[in-house]
Amino acid sequence: MPNKFNFFNKKPRYIELPINPQMQQQQQKSLPPNADTAVGENGAPPAIPDGLWIKCDFCGELLYKKDFAADLKVCKNCGHHYRMNAQERLEMIVDEDTFNEFNAGLISLNPLDFDGYDKKLLALREKTGMNEAVVTGYGKIDGYDAVIGVMDSNFIMGSMGSVVGEKVTRAFEYAAEKKLPIIIFTASGGARMQEGMFSLMQMAKTSAAAGFCAQAGQLYITVLTDPTTGGVTASFAMLGDILLSEPQALIGFAGKRVGEQTIGQKLPEGFQTAEFLLEHGFIDQIVARKDMKATLAQLLALHVKN
Amino acid sequence: MLDYEKDIAELRDKIEDLRKFAQERNADFSDEIGILEAKIAKMEATALTNMSAMDKLTLSRMIERPTTLDYIEKIFDDFIEFHGDRRFRDDPSIVGGIARLNGMPVTVIGHQKGRNTKENVQRNFGMPNPEGFRKALRLMQQAEKFHRPIICFVDTPGADPGIGAEERGQGEAIATNLMMMSTMKTPIIAVVIGEGGSGGALALSVADEIWMLEHAIYSILSPEGFASILWKDASRAREAAERIKITAQDLHKLGIIDKILPEPVGGAHKSLDEMAATIKEYLIKVPFTERLGNIDELVKERYDKYRKIGVFLA
Repeated sequence: MPNKFNFFNKKPRYIELPINPQMQQQQQKSLPPNADTAVGENGAPPAIPDGLWIKCDFCGELLYKKDFAADLKVCKNCGHHYRMNAQERLEMIVDEDTFNEFNAGLISLNPLDFDGYDKKLLALREKTGMNEAVVTGYGKIDGYDAVIGVMDSNFIMGSMGSVVGEKVTRAFEYAAEKKLPIIIFTASGGARMQEGMFSLMQMAKTSAAAGFCAQAGQLYITVLTDPTTGGVTASFAMLGDILLSEPQALIGFAGKRVGEQTIGQKLPEGFQTAEFLLEHGFIDQIVARKDMKATLAQLLALHVKN
Repeated sequence: MLDYEKDIAELRDKIEDLRKFAQERNADFSDEIGILEAKIAKMEATALTNMSAMDKLTLSRMIERPTTLDYIEKIFDDFIEFHGDRRFRDDPSIVGGIARLNGMPVTVIGHQKGRNTKENVQRNFGMPNPEGFRKALRLMQQAEKFHRPIICFVDTPGADPGIGAEERGQGEAIATNLMMMSTMKTPIIAVVIGEGGSGGALALSVADEIWMLEHAIYSILSPEGFASILWKDASRAREAAERIKITAQDLHKLGIIDKILPEPVGGAHKSLDEMAATIKEYLIKVPFTERLGNIDELVKERYDKYRKIGVFLA
């Protein structure tokens, strides 16, 4: 297994093979949709069609791309849950055409004039099509109303600066005001370094907002996804009434490098996982991605007030 | 020792040599000595006003720097220390208890670094484990019950990032403190007396007012950790210290903290009495009784204080 903790410097975990259009056309015609058991003509080993297949970085299994998407980016062989971006997550969880995004236009500034930060933000906005590392809004899950927040680790590792803190805070306040449950999918390396103390203070701000929402009596469910660490773990992520996680997600307080730097000791592999947290009593359930929507709907149903 | 202190010590040695030499030779070097002494005085006066962020970081971490217990002894009367989180164990890197501030019962809580190597090991260098934060929360809830104001002294390199801390829920412990402090129905003042390190510092500083001693620092992450995360190179800590705005002066300008408390010339460790007297003077001026009388208003203001922090384009 590759080093799971080096998430600040992580490359995508699957290999995308280059596309050869001719080959692709041929293969699309000849291959059945469930192609992982297919053999070539005359029983020859299957040719690898370029661009249609990805290779699981964890077990080496070749996965047919369409199947992989249909399986919600979970390897059908080893069950590894690959990271999802916010858009994919919303499509998976929220009923079609029910999502109304909040505050999509909020944009980070560079309060400490940190070199390269503006450029990085601009480049990421173009690349991801998102303005920041969290999408918040209102939507329905199997017909149940909820405020929903989804973090995206593609945007500066989902780190929390002023905008992420503000959007999460506004989502809690909206839930409190409109008497709605709130569900947040976390995926974050922690507080955003480039905004210094402004980022650290977002931990206090979002936690206070979670408290405000709790005092208003609203249900808050956190779904911890890979990775959830640092300042997000140490603030709103851990404050849910119910804490769920995806299998094998990296969840912890200290990043590995910082930990080793500070305590001068190697940390064991595998100790900051969802399974570790479940064992130590810090989360309620590990829920496979395919069951996530149904589980959330069940929980929402159990909290409907008459 | 800071750079300028080394320079001054060298100059003092030179003066001493000159005096000896003058005595031996029966010569008069008083002019030269006068010039050197004037130079020292000038250096002392300017050095601390022009201190770099890295110098402040060094100063804030000096083993001689007064700690929470040093201040508690000087500022309060009748202090009784309370121990334990009632869950796991007593964490010696956070101390707390009740005392009187000028006659008024208060709860005092603070990070506690060691005052020598042995004590530092025992106190985990002031890096709390989850049980430390849970002890602090227990004492705060007790303060709330008895309508006692809370005074927090902040001085930590950060929360312990080790295996035990993860096993016992470091993230959950800090998060819970942040949330509970934001709605705590009693006045809270946080004073950063040395090193305000990241989430471990924040977990004792969600307060109505955050004060910093003149040469204290408060940072999102230790400059070493920052350099290691952002540049993968911990040796660039000095550069990080300058760039991420960690000094009391910078943070006051940015509106993150509320007050800067002046330190004695040379830093708090040069005169604990003077520093403690200054902190006490500031604490006594806080209208605690009035705030306790308008507690709902105070809690709302505390929420708004953090609610407003953030820089973005809407």
